[in-house]
Amino acid sequence: MADFYFSLPPLLRGFLQGLAVVLVIFPIAGASSLAERKVSAWIQGRPGPNRAIVPWFAAIPFLGRFLQRLGLFHLAADGGKLLLKEEPLPGHVHKFYYTIAPWLGLIPAFTTITVVPFGAYWDSAMQTMHPLVLANVDIGILAVFAIGSLGVYSVILAGWSSNSKYPFIGSIRASTQLSSYEISMTLAVLPVFMWINSPGSDGSLSLARVVEFQSGTHFLGGLWFVFLMPLSALIFLIALFAETNRLPFDMPESEADLVGGFHTEYGAFKWSLFFVAEYAHMIVGSAVFVVLFLGGWNPLPWVPVASLVHWFHLENLPFVVGLVSIAIFLAKVIFMIFFFMWVRWTLPRFRYDQVMRIGWRRLLPLAIANLIFYIIAIALLT
Amino acid sequence: MPATVKVLERKPLSFAERTYLPQIAAGLKTTIKHLFAPKVTMEYPEQRPEILPGYRGVPTLVMDPHGREKCVSCQLCEFVCPPKAIRITPGEVPADQPERSHVEKAPREFEIDMLRCIYCGLCQEVCPEEAIFLQNVYSTSGYTRASMVNNKQRLYELGGTLPDQHFKWDRKKAAETAGNARH
Repeated sequence: MADFYFSLPPLLRGFLQGLAVVLVIFPIAGASSLAERKVSAWIQGRPGPNRAIVPWFAAIPFLGRFLQRLGLFHLAADGGKLLLKEEPLPGHVHKFYYTIAPWLGLIPAFTTITVVPFGAYWDSAMQTMHPLVLANVDIGILAVFAIGSLGVYSVILAGWSSNSKYPFIGSIRASTQLSSYEISMTLAVLPVFMWINSPGSDGSLSLARVVEFQSGTHFLGGLWFVFLMPLSALIFLIALFAETNRLPFDMPESEADLVGGFHTEYGAFKWSLFFVAEYAHMIVGSAVFVVLFLGGWNPLPWVPVASLVHWFHLENLPFVVGLVSIAIFLAKVIFMIFFFMWVRWTLPRFRYDQVMRIGWRRLLPLAIANLIFYIIAIALLT
Repeated sequence: MPATVKVLERKPLSFAERTYLPQIAAGLKTTIKHLFAPKVTMEYPEQRPEILPGYRGVPTLVMDPHGREKCVSCQLCEFVCPPKAIRITPGEVPADQPERSHVEKAPREFEIDMLRCIYCGLCQEVCPEEAIFLQNVYSTSGYTRASMVNNKQRLYELGGTLPDQHFKWDRKKAAETAGNARH
């Protein structure tokens, strides 16, 4: 079967791979919206959505009841409702931009997934690692930043084309916030790439290579970058919260002062697209964080997937190794998404001026100091 | 004794406190505890709250322990009702209840409009016969306005029988026939 697959034309193979990734990401993005409701409920001492049930499932003992209590069918019910309800198109909006804005949010979110590696397998001699990624490009992280930040256009266009004050203020806030935190974010990942591009080696910004550098078994090689560069990881994480517009940085849709923020005038399917885009952004952001700082698909520090392969004698089963690495990676990403929700119900929202002060007067100098520290440290080490 | 003023020293925030991070970690610890704590929600239609005595629910008409009507249609509740939810059509005690003929009056129809009722309990307070009580029914619904008007039959269904301390009309009758000698 593998031989047949590799005999297919590359374009078709790419299409099939892309389809497979989207078929995983879409359900995760959808499930995140349910998980958000469940986690919020649990943290607040409520059971959360737990009523919807399809009669056939209700007949299954235990499992049916379990799925009902888990609220799994609310996901389908929500999706069906958002698909089938009337699409409002307010009379005062700029119709063209109003219609394309949600799609502009979704496209960059799904495009960035192409360059994020999510697993790896080895050839039978255990010599070369093949990362599982849709496009293993050398500009890796640059592509993530370049395409990912296009997502702000969706928010700006949505706010502007709604032709209404609250969406407009929301979109202005979003664009300011995103550009402010983008700088700190970029500065925070620079030490990582300086570390893996030490003088003398060929330069690369590939994300798969970052994981390779965290897959060793000796002291420095196996150390995840979150331990090696905790400040970078912290700055990146804070900027990630701001970039994905999650609490405590959800200025663009702070419902207390802006009704619904940039999507106030949206409803039905277009509105749900914004949410899928937000969760897709969260997934990609979490995936990048996992790749950069949490060791990618390696289960533990100093315990790379390659060690697992040796222990369980999986050398001749690259397919199984690939699946195991993907599972480890997804588990980390899902934990990160849970962390996003956990923080959401822990911290109150910052005021807008506080967001700006933290971004420019705290995070940015800290990121620069961190960069200088690692420049000197790496120069001394190599 | 002069009041002593205790001056609390306001310490400047330490460096750790100014980064917010220890506080955020403490907050995360609190919320994760709540994540695993038992849930406090009462899942309503299946689980119902315990209604304590004294609760002011839907007004109902009650019967005495012998299953006899208590209301004498004096219409005091109708007059006192602030939103005018009660409407009584007075009538006579039915001929088939000779032992109650001395009571003389009874409601022919008794309607409480639950769309108007404000559950104030003044009807219960004013009733000289202890015939109307706001009991523990707290949820009423209907598809039409007409279905939200409780008629006499419905009011007795909701009310049931409550214990009586006095048996006022029995004692009146006894006093009438035997004089005050009994007492």
